[in-house]
Amino acid sequence: MKVVHYLNQFFGGVGGEEFADTPPNFLEGPVGPGKLLNQILPEGSQIVGTIVCGDNYAVENQQDIVSFVNAKVKEARADLFVAGPCFNAGRYGMSAGAVCEAVKSESDIPVVTAMSEENPGVDVYRGEVLIVDSGSSPANMRDVLVRIANLGAKLANDETVGPPSTEGYIPQGFLRTEFVEKTAAQRLAEMLMAKLKGESFEPEIPVTTFEPIPVPLMTTEIAKAKIALVTDGGLVPRSNPDNLPRAFSRVWGAYSIDERPKLLEEDFEVAHGGYDNAHVQQDPNRLVPVDVMREMERSGAIGSLHEEFLSTTGNSNPLENSRRIGREMAQRLKEAGVDAVILTST
Amino acid sequence: MTTEMEKAGIPVAQVTPMTLVAETVGSNRIIRGRSIVHPLGDVDLAPEEEHELRRMLVQRALDALASEDRTTA
Repeated sequence: MKVVHYLNQFFGGVGGEEFADTPPNFLEGPVGPGKLLNQILPEGSQIVGTIVCGDNYAVENQQDIVSFVNAKVKEARADLFVAGPCFNAGRYGMSAGAVCEAVKSESDIPVVTAMSEENPGVDVYRGEVLIVDSGSSPANMRDVLVRIANLGAKLANDETVGPPSTEGYIPQGFLRTEFVEKTAAQRLAEMLMAKLKGESFEPEIPVTTFEPIPVPLMTTEIAKAKIALVTDGGLVPRSNPDNLPRAFSRVWGAYSIDERPKLLEEDFEVAHGGYDNAHVQQDPNRLVPVDVMREMERSGAIGSLHEEFLSTTGNSNPLENSRRIGREMAQRLKEAGVDAVILTST
Repeated sequence: MTTEMEKAGIPVAQVTPMTLVAETVGSNRIIRGRSIVHPLGDVDLAPEEEHELRRMLVQRALDALASEDRTTA
C-alpha cells in the first residue's frame, strides 16, 4: 500500500509561524510524524511521499494546494492519503479537511486525517472525511497514528469500519444498519437495570445537548425596527414554486408580501404534513400574521415589515439540517438589514 | 433556526404552542401560540375576537424582542 502524507510547515520541519506562508513542497518518503506512522503501517505499506505546506499559504490559496496535492497523489499512484494529525490547529485542520475531501473525490482513494473535536475543520469536513479524534495534545501522537494506520488499512482493503467509539474517529452523523443479538426491549431493560443499580451504560443514540446562547439585544427601538416574519409551518405561494416537501425539507423559500395588507386564502397554500393545514389554508394570517403587522406598521408601533417572509417545513427535520436552514435564513435577513424576527412555529 | 439566527445577532421572538421544545433547544424569547393548527388564530372565536387575539400575541412578541431577558410569555 502506497501512502501520501500531508503535513503543515511546523510538523513538516520547515519552521514555525514565520514560515506559514511557505508554498507546498513534495518530498520523497516520510517526514516528521510520518516516520513514526511509516513504522506503524502494516507490512508492505509505506509512505512514498510527503507534501509540506505552510498553514497560511494553504488557507489563502486553497485551489492551488488542492491541485498540487491531487497531482502528487496521482503521480505517486497512492492507495491511501493521510493528512495531519492537526490536533487543535485551526488552519491546519481546515486545509487537511479540504485536501482530504479533494483527493477522495478526485482520485477515489481512502483518506484519513486527525483533529481534536474543537478543530473548526471537524464541523466542515466530518461528514465527508474520516477524522480520527486526536485530542488536543501532540503527546498522544503515537496513539493517534496507530488509529490512523488501522483505519487507513481497513479502508484500503475494503474492510468494514466499525463505529466511532471502537475505531476512535469522530462521528460522521450517519446511522448504519447492523445486526444485533438482543431485541430493543432486552437492551432497554438492561439499560434500565444498569441505571437502577447505578452502573454505567451507553445510550445507543447520542444525547443531543443544546448550549444556551446569550440573548441578543435590539440595536434599534421596536418603533424604528425592520421586522421580518419567518415560519416553519410550510406556508408557500400557490403552486409551491420552490417545491417545499411536506416533510424532511432541505429547502426554504423567501416570498414577497410587498404591498399586501394581509395574506389571502387564494394566494397561498401549505406544504407541511405534520399538522392539519385546513385552518391556516383558510386564513394564512393565522400562521404568518401579515394583517396585524401591517396595522402596527401604519400605527408606528414598528418601523416596517420586511418585504418578504421566509418559510420552510419544520417536520421530521434532522437538527443539522434545521440549523443550516437557520444560518442561511440569517444571512439573507442580515443582508436585507432586518433588525428582528418573529418566527412562528406549528 | 431561532438559535442560529440569534447567533448571527438577529433577535428572534418565537411564537409556538410547543414552548417546552423551544425552551429545550435554547430559544430565548418564547410566546405561547394558540394551537398547533393555528398558532396565531382561533377558529372558535368570532373574526374580530380572533383578530384581537392575533394582535395581542404579536404585541407579546414585540415586547419580548424589546426585553433583555429570556422570556416565556
